[in-house]
Amino acid sequence: MTTDVHQLDDGAWISVNGSREVNVSDLWRLAQTDFCGCEMADFLAEGFVKVGVDYPNIEARIAGQCIACGEHGVTDWLTVGRVVDPDSGEFYGVVHESVHFPGKHARNGASE
Amino acid sequence: MPSKVEGWKDEAYGNEVREHLLEFAEQGWDAIPADEHDAWFERFKWWGLYHQRSGQESYFMMRIGTPNGVIEPGQLEVIGEIAMEYAQGPASNPEFGDAYCDWTTRQSIQLHWIKLEDIPDIFEKLESVGLSTQQACGDSWRNIVGCPVAGKDKHEHVDAWPVAQELHETFKGNDDYANLPRKWKVAITGCDEGCGQGDINDLAFEPAEKHGEVGFNVRVGGGLSRKEARLARDIDVWVPADRAADVAHGMSALFREYGDRDDRFNARIKFLMDEWGPEKMRQVLQDEFVDFELETAGDDMRDEYTYNSGGNEGHDDHVGINEQPDGNYYVGLNVLVGRMGAEDTLELAELADEYGSGEVRLTQRQNVIIMDVPEENLGDLTSEPLLEDYSPNPSPFMRGSIACTGTEYCSLSIVETKNRQVRYARWLTDNVELPADHEDFHIHLSGCTASCAQPQIADVSLRGMKTRKDGEPVEALDIGLGGGLGEDPRFADWVEMRVPADEVPGAIRNLVNNFKRLRAEGETFRDFVEARDEETLADLVEPEETDYHDPYMHNTKMTWYPYAEDDDMQSSPAPTDGNGQPLPSDD
Repeated sequence: MTTDVHQLDDGAWISVNGSREVNVSDLWRLAQTDFCGCEMADFLAEGFVKVGVDYPNIEARIAGQCIACGEHGVTDWLTVGRVVDPDSGEFYGVVHESVHFPGKHARNGASE
Repeated sequence: MPSKVEGWKDEAYGNEVREHLLEFAEQGWDAIPADEHDAWFERFKWWGLYHQRSGQESYFMMRIGTPNGVIEPGQLEVIGEIAMEYAQGPASNPEFGDAYCDWTTRQSIQLHWIKLEDIPDIFEKLESVGLSTQQACGDSWRNIVGCPVAGKDKHEHVDAWPVAQELHETFKGNDDYANLPRKWKVAITGCDEGCGQGDINDLAFEPAEKHGEVGFNVRVGGGLSRKEARLARDIDVWVPADRAADVAHGMSALFREYGDRDDRFNARIKFLMDEWGPEKMRQVLQDEFVDFELETAGDDMRDEYTYNSGGNEGHDDHVGINEQPDGNYYVGLNVLVGRMGAEDTLELAELADEYGSGEVRLTQRQNVIIMDVPEENLGDLTSEPLLEDYSPNPSPFMRGSIACTGTEYCSLSIVETKNRQVRYARWLTDNVELPADHEDFHIHLSGCTASCAQPQIADVSLRGMKTRKDGEPVEALDIGLGGGLGEDPRFADWVEMRVPADEVPGAIRNLVNNFKRLRAEGETFRDFVEARDEETLADLVEPEETDYHDPYMHNTKMTWYPYAEDDDMQSSPAPTDGNGQPLPSDD
């Protein structure tokens, strides 16, 4: 089945196949990003702006700020989890405290 | 392309959702197909129901809209009974107990832990006394706000209450305006103090004179959310009271037709105002949405506005005892962070009935007002024990505190708010002394940029954030200063960012002491802030640890309920059935 992904409640969380899976207010470590001047951005997720699927990855562009330097804005595409088997639709979230590499993805289209 | 939410709304929205909602309630939580949860929860908002955050599945926040904050005789008792019977969840709040009502910044009422299965009974009880949850949330006309003592105020140019009633009756349940691109917030002000807060609403009617008649000037496009704060702009239109509904029809129809349905982040009319400007807004309204010649703006009375103007004059927040035109009095009571226990709510209803007319009103500062108290009853009323907790003469820090829902229930919030603000207010009352000429000192705590606590219009604005302390992530707040309304409204300057939450009371103490030390004679706090640049102000805010203790420094959003003994997300009993018993998990 097609993986159904969207953000809801003013970008408060990401729904994957009808289930709330990723929430705002977590801190993400972002590397190799021009989001800010920090070597490793300590990024607070304040709102999910866009979500998309780049199989098997579920990706999002997130509004927030680096709490180390204060820079705020919207990240590039970031993998927030995976749906490995579209038939089961089961979602596996990434560990947000790990190091992540935002980039240009979401090939299969982005949605609100 | 229209957003996903628009697609769901096209399939079912507005009045018709009630029938589905009641069917689901009859069959129980499991009757809502799992793959349709998101769509139905979006639709339920139109009926005032907001699915609570992660870890609290199957429980809803219920909002009851009371236009202009007017709670008529007999209604408050029912609200208290409903809170007592139905708004009790699987865990208790250490400050407020098991059941409580929240009085909101839009003069509405919020209850938490509402179970789907109880909704038909609650609707029946509410409707038996003329109350409703209809359009309290969702993309439609929201609860209409205004001066809370409209029609019973000695300080008004025009009684705006009949206008608010007319708009409420015209636009509630009206299918033509049921599905707007986004929420639609309307304020009507008739008083000389400007306490309707029109400047931060999508559509504002404000008192103005033309041809010797007091009617309303119209402003459009205010709002505070998402770091995109806007003041409503003057569109150069004056209407007499009896045509206010026609202009309201026109403006909300304009929003319905031209608001952005592709991008919900760009949907509020403030963004259309950014794009068009007030001249085009007026022109389109005239050309396409009203069938009479609009008059140009009349002479406004904004220079008389005292409400939240920083001037510490007038009776603007309505806390305290004030005489009505009929010789009776209204008694405004301070409700710290707007939350009142269900038992206290029932007691308040009894007092309102015993000493006044039974009517109670809600303010946009999360407080309550007992109306129509004869002078001879004032002594006995003010001696009642309930008024020790909800004082008509509170300390400035108690009086000025506003807080949103926060991570206790809200998906969007970054930090815990209400219980924290209670602790802040107590500590500040015990440890900080404002200058004697500052009875009003507003501290608004909002858990995120949605700004439900209206932080940008406070003397001290607090907004949810995170930081690291000793390497560990902790809840923090951005601090802004000098916001307010009045003739020339002003949003706060954000001067100190990411302050650990346990250092905020110390920061406010140091700020107040610096203000007292450096102010010119008679200078108000707002003028003091306005006269200084952000860098100077940042130096005056010196965050520091004190003996204030904050039990909510950890990531409260990661808990299923921040105050539960075992707060781990995996320990959540939700979702539960109609009896509150855990249902089997999907996992």
